[in-house]
Amino acid sequence: MSEREASPSGKGKLALYWAASCGGCEIAVLGIDDKILQVAEAFDIIFWPCVMDGKVRDVEKVPDKGIDLCLFNGGIRTSEQEYMARLLRRKSKVLVAFGSCAHEGCIPGLANLSSKEEIFQTAYHDTPSTDNPQGVEPQPETKVPEGTLHLPVFYDTLKTLDQTVPVDYYLPGCPPEPERIWDALTAILQGELPPPGSVIGATTTVCEECQRTRHEKKIKEFKRTWQIIPDPDTCLLEQGLICAGIATRAGCGALCPQVNSPCIGCYGPNEGVQDFGACMMSAIASVIDSDDPEEIERIIEQGIPDPVGTFYRFSLAHSLLRRGRLKGSGNGRVPVVADAAVEEG
Amino acid sequence: MSDETFEPRIVGFLCNWCSYRAADLAGTARIHYAPNVRIIRTMCTGRVDPTFVLKALALGADGVMIAGCHPGECHYLEQNFKALRRYQMLKHTLRALGIEEKRLRLQWASAAEGAQLAAAISEMTETVRRLGPLNWRDNWDEGDRYEQAIESLAREHAEALEVPA
Ligand code: SF4
Ligand code: SF4
Ligand code: FES
Repeated sequence: MSEREASPSGKGKLALYWAASCGGCEIAVLGIDDKILQVAEAFDIIFWPCVMDGKVRDVEKVPDKGIDLCLFNGGIRTSEQEYMARLLRRKSKVLVAFGSCAHEGCIPGLANLSSKEEIFQTAYHDTPSTDNPQGVEPQPETKVPEGTLHLPVFYDTLKTLDQTVPVDYYLPGCPPEPERIWDALTAILQGELPPPGSVIGATTTVCEECQRTRHEKKIKEFKRTWQIIPDPDTCLLEQGLICAGIATRAGCGALCPQVNSPCIGCYGPNEGVQDFGACMMSAIASVIDSDDPEEIERIIEQGIPDPVGTFYRFSLAHSLLRRGRLKGSGNGRVPVVADAAVEEG
Repeated sequence: MSDETFEPRIVGFLCNWCSYRAADLAGTARIHYAPNVRIIRTMCTGRVDPTFVLKALALGADGVMIAGCHPGECHYLEQNFKALRRYQMLKHTLRALGIEEKRLRLQWASAAEGAQLAAAISEMTETVRRLGPLNWRDNWDEGDRYEQAIESLAREHAEALEVPA
């Protein structure tokens, strides 16, 4: 990196952060094995809360653009995460949305099918493992004799990193494969980066990496993974399993089809695709072998009981619609259309 | 929610070879129909990617109509059957997202069926009027309601995290 700040060690500064995500991305960084030592040779890691001690206050004191590279994983679900996203954006020359959550919302984004109230109801009251006899829920403000205590505000809708602040690059995957992380780090270290706003990765689909043989696909019945033991050599979609390899960006080496399991789309949409689910719907609709409206409806309803989880498993928050319709009032908000959804059931 | 004064905004993707001409015919024949459909001409219903429909809804449409040649009459072989399958797939997904399926309509109308298309448009307009506005953006856009919470973090950090030297 030519414009690197001269730090006492002559190295660049690296920050890693973890917002609404499972933590797998943090492990994935360590998956580059001893190459992490090369990273440490090139960068001073100044902030990485998962791995080393460090204070937000120290980041706040870094001059703007004083961090050369920030790898940010996780979506934005709370005011604190939004604060950290803005802070790290301001302090970083290059901000990378690292992994599916930062890129597309991923599994935490599927909670966009619920409102904040519904999520709290499940998490603090309904789950069998919850022991909360007084029905306590986290409050953004609590008065105590010493003053007022604050907790981050929980949003109704999870946002992706680029719906929150401008992002320079995306590293897809849940989590990104270590080889791809290393490719990206090498590109960054050597200053050989694609134009800002790009996904650092392949521009083909998982199907291209998949070794299975393909024929014309004509489906009369979609199958769930537990219903059949698929033939190991034939395209899974041809066998009726919904495989997202057709819409998903290559990069993993077709890991899931290799072990006889359909791709579920963790690498996100291939280049040029705006809405992953729309691409999936279009492709999956095309393989249905029927021209009869009733038969088509039956094939779809029986074979795809959870269309959002099937077509938007990793990408709901980043989709054109971003979430399911709010029925309850989230954060005290009265929904726009209260009765229409009910009217039709 | 029935709001009599609410004028639905409906985006119509009309096939060039039939339904678009049907709309033209309805116009020249002075058939009266609801003015609520903004028409976009496509070469075939098969050209209507589900992305178009989602984008229309995301950008403020209250409903979307896809109209094209009758089964068997598509100018590009079987593309309108593909449109039919996509339409059913979309409806299935929209329902799961809490969007009433009647906000999406697939209509067959040949170039000679100006009256039928006009009637379908008026009927859909009434249906969507009864369903009420969709206002999708309000569903996720939380505006600046968290600004204060975000800003107060910076203030609190400055006050509370300073360790005296
Ligand atoms: S659809 Fe799935 S199984 Fe078939 S070729 Fe593509 S990745 Fe392989
Ligand atoms: S096959 Fe699909 S789901 Fe599996 S790792 Fe690759 S991109 Fe992810
Ligand atoms: S040409 Fe009209 S629907 Fe295909």
